[in-house]
Amino acid sequence: MAVQSEPVRAKSPGAGVGADAPKGVRPSAGPGLLSRSTPYLLLLPAVVATLALLCWPLVETVILSFQNLNKRQLILHQTEWNGFKNYTDQLTSSEFWHTTGRSVAFTALNVALIMVFGTLVGLLLDRLGKRMRLALQIALMLAWAMPFVAQTTVFTWLFDSRYGVVNWFLDKLGWHSMAAYNWYSSQLSTFFVIMLLLVWGSIPFVAFNMYAALTTIPKELYEAARLDGAGSYKVFTSVIFPTLKPFFLGTTFLEVIWIFKCFTQVYAINAGGPQRLTETLPVYAFIEGMGNQHYGVGAAIAVLTILMLSVLMSYYFRIIIKQEDEL
Amino acid sequence: MRRSALGRSWPNAIAVVLVIFFAFPVYWMVSTAFKKTTDIISKTPVFIPLNGTLEHFTTATGADQFWSFVANSFIVTVVAVAASLVIATAAAFAVTRMRFRGRKAFVLVVMVAQMAPWEVMSISIYMIVRDNDMLNSLVPLTLFYMMMVLPFTIWTLRGFMAAVPKELEESAMVDGCSRFQAFMRVIFPLLVPGLMSTSLFGFITAWNELPLVLVLNKATGPGTAQTLPLWLTSFQTTFGDDWGATMAASTLFALPVLVVFFLFQRKAVGGLTDGAVKG
Repeated sequence: MAVQSEPVRAKSPGAGVGADAPKGVRPSAGPGLLSRSTPYLLLLPAVVATLALLCWPLVETVILSFQNLNKRQLILHQTEWNGFKNYTDQLTSSEFWHTTGRSVAFTALNVALIMVFGTLVGLLLDRLGKRMRLALQIALMLAWAMPFVAQTTVFTWLFDSRYGVVNWFLDKLGWHSMAAYNWYSSQLSTFFVIMLLLVWGSIPFVAFNMYAALTTIPKELYEAARLDGAGSYKVFTSVIFPTLKPFFLGTTFLEVIWIFKCFTQVYAINAGGPQRLTETLPVYAFIEGMGNQHYGVGAAIAVLTILMLSVLMSYYFRIIIKQEDEL
Repeated sequence: MRRSALGRSWPNAIAVVLVIFFAFPVYWMVSTAFKKTTDIISKTPVFIPLNGTLEHFTTATGADQFWSFVANSFIVTVVAVAASLVIATAAAFAVTRMRFRGRKAFVLVVMVAQMAPWEVMSISIYMIVRDNDMLNSLVPLTLFYMMMVLPFTIWTLRGFMAAVPKELEESAMVDGCSRFQAFMRVIFPLLVPGLMSTSLFGFITAWNELPLVLVLNKATGPGTAQTLPLWLTSFQTTFGDDWGATMAASTLFALPVLVVFFLFQRKAVGGLTDGAVKG
């Protein structure tokens, strides 16, 4: 779709071109019922899987959200409907709104950092000499390929209060009060570690894409801009940014969605602590639902999260469709 | 291009800082895993473990049922990825090569499904799996992991398939191949890079997954169906301050992904980023 920039498309030729069947395709040959149903037979496994494994849990989440379902009802297999109570409870609870605000701020800050630094790293990759570029690419790939749980354990170790290398380093820099600092004792410092972890792990994706996109901007565009006396900043705002606008848009939205619903890193760093102060919406839904065994409440929070995601997605799809029209 | 020595040196300086920033955590994980415990808890960090030890790896691999969790993770990941490749190839073929009612709708659903909020659906998935008496089994995990990577796989393969000229296939059919034979002999070989990049992505996703296995396969004890991410989180809790063992365990867990990533990197990353950005 239009998310990827023209240049990125060039990397794997023809990707995305097939949105509309190429002209002159034989309408699935032959008059027979069998051949007319061939496309549906080929799609059948994918459709069945989607219905059973994606739609069913989605529908089930909605159904559960209207039930008073706690440990007791779960064990006794009871179904107790309680209408919109889970929703009204959440929507009138300050904890829910705090968590929502925290989630939004957390997403905004992280995505901003990831996009700005990812773009800068991508631009840098384009300027570096061959050897230095390879070194940076390998370093980025190491961070990128690390599984989330492994990332989290490593960051926990880096920020360990007694033997963590970060505390040692800060102490060496002359910040002696940090020598035995416990990063997981306060909300802000825990968030700082999570943020650093997410930014560290997410920049490579943006940087690689940015670099791939950059390599395909025609050189003449740069030269024309330089002849007009444009500096680096001007080249970026007048050539790179407008050309790669679809790329920036697409990547930003992907990051928004990934960060907003990210669970593993936030949960695995400190399980939402201290005092539940680092819970984002998915973690909140999980801890209320599975941890405190208020399954119905957890499902309601999940539905509210999904609604927020859908609003984001519809906004995103509208932009895509608009862009398609402009092309 | 003309560039002064000064103009060249500052990007290099920044690049060195960035290389350290991105590679250091990985280096620190691997090096800690090889350090003697006395070096790990020394007042001054030991940056190069000259007299290393394998003792932490023995602790990690000797931990309860480690090898069965390795096997579980491999089975779940490989089956999920293979199944999604088969299902996606069929779907992508239909979508790129045939015209039928509902084709556009299907493509749209695939696109939206890539953003499925798996993380927040864990509660209902737990209920479904429990009601079907499938908790602590590898089957539901495999199925859900397959579904997690399926939309992306369809999306990417569709792009790769659309890039294969129709004429190639048609001439094979003129030469007497059936449609299926034409597909196997002409399109399939050209799809290999696409298949590689999507399997890499699928491998990472399934190997990585924590929320679902955390909910579905919590049970411990012999014959349980945990996977490595869950094992690693519980390992960290159990071994608490034994950072050498924890880092050895993390290294063992990350190793297959790092290896697969670097093996496939050249062919796969282009397709991976390409497909993902279309997301």
